[in-house]
Amino acid sequence: MKHSFLDRYSDRDSLLHKLDPRTKIVTAIAFILAVALTPPPSWQAFALYFVIVAIAILISKIPPLYVLKRSLVIVPFVLLIGIFIPFLKPGDASGSYNVWIWNVSHSGLMVLWGIAIKSWLSILSLILLSATTKFTELLKGLEQLRMPKLMIMILSFMYRYLFVMVDEVSRMKQARDSRNFGGKRTWQLKTIGNMIGTLFIRSYERGERVYGAMVARGFEGQMRTLSSLQFRTADLYFVAAFFFCLSLVGITFLFM
Amino acid sequence: MEYAIEIANLSYSYPDGQQALRDINLAIETGESVALIGANGAGKSTLLLHLNGIMRSDGAIKILGLPLNDKNLKQARSKVGLVFQNPDDQLFSPTVFDDVAFGPINMGVHPNEVRQRVSQALHDVNMAGYEQRSPQHLSVGEKKRIAIATILSMSPQILVLDEPTANLDPRAKWELIELIRGLPMTKIVASHDLELVTALCERTIILDSGSIVADDSTSSIMSNTPLLERYGLAPTSRLAIAFD
Repeated sequence: MKHSFLDRYSDRDSLLHKLDPRTKIVTAIAFILAVALTPPPSWQAFALYFVIVAIAILISKIPPLYVLKRSLVIVPFVLLIGIFIPFLKPGDASGSYNVWIWNVSHSGLMVLWGIAIKSWLSILSLILLSATTKFTELLKGLEQLRMPKLMIMILSFMYRYLFVMVDEVSRMKQARDSRNFGGKRTWQLKTIGNMIGTLFIRSYERGERVYGAMVARGFEGQMRTLSSLQFRTADLYFVAAFFFCLSLVGITFLFM
Repeated sequence: MEYAIEIANLSYSYPDGQQALRDINLAIETGESVALIGANGAGKSTLLLHLNGIMRSDGAIKILGLPLNDKNLKQARSKVGLVFQNPDDQLFSPTVFDDVAFGPINMGVHPNEVRQRVSQALHDVNMAGYEQRSPQHLSVGEKKRIAIATILSMSPQILVLDEPTANLDPRAKWELIELIRGLPMTKIVASHDLELVTALCERTIILDSGSIVADDSTSSIMSNTPLLERYGLAPTSRLAIAFD
């Protein structure tokens, strides 16, 4: 069966795609850190951050619309966390913002704005990271950056078996629907419950078999891989340019 | 004569008490190709899992003269290469390269030689150039070949295959049979695909309810229709008449 790729567009060819995954991971994290540490009122700084990401997106040749669409996934989270803050945070009530009987505080609005813009900019940079880096490269990069092996293993198994399980589920659904799935709601729920249970047991048994296959090839609890990552001069230029832009933003808007 | 595998008085019961293997005695010479046939649940896979110590029970197993015990386990595993039935179980790494390199790396082979072994193994199964592909985007036939490559890269002296042709279409199946025929090591193939067995093995063992019930040359077993019928490996005589 065919699936969409987790890391769509990651096989394209651009300057960003060619960079070492470690370079991209470190710069993405530095960018997020800078964004998170910028106080919400300095909107000019955020505008410049956006310009930095936008330029990176243009360089990467990834359709901007795709990035924009994917970045919408954070909307529910931001709303869930931030939407009540303007109503609940005590502060100088600014009369013009009042909604019916609730006071909307100016400082509360500022917090909401801060959460929204910071998470949006962060997710943009992460989408860019995952769209310009193959998942396997990303794992290698994280491994070399000393991320715990156990986490790497969990991520790599997830990447490998996610779609195997999606296949399994879609086959179960087909089998269910070809036997005229329907009837009372409680009956439906019971069927779905059974399917989830079956899926769990099958995954558990698959886990045993996979472990058997690993042991058969000498696995003793330590995942060892060969790494073939190499920094190039392009990495150096990219990092230099990036941190230059970042410090420019910092100096201009935070300390002046 | 030197033996690749010697098994003496091997019995095994599942944790729930069901007996899977009963008093297996078996000797396989080096260089032989042996088929292990039998109906579903006859104990074929259980027997194969004993050959490199993934399953352990009483009874003595010797691999190339070396008794299989805790001390020799690692050594035995690098001699017996086990290819699992479902390639999705065998291929667990994010890329083909990582999977084929997994065995040699665990054996402590030098990185340069690992790379060399990986490209050699992929070349041997006609999958050169697939190093950076992700197993989930390959066809079943391709996955099967890669699964065999993951074992070949460990250069085993004994190749054990569990249902190698399961889920393959005829073209992929015959290509795979040709591939396996060309491999020089001792081979043990568990299957109920009699075409595969006839094409690949000169000796055939029938397993039924965990016991060895026949052990003879493939040609004489394949021509003994009543025997095959008795153990559920050929159509019953009523159906066979309907075919004629």
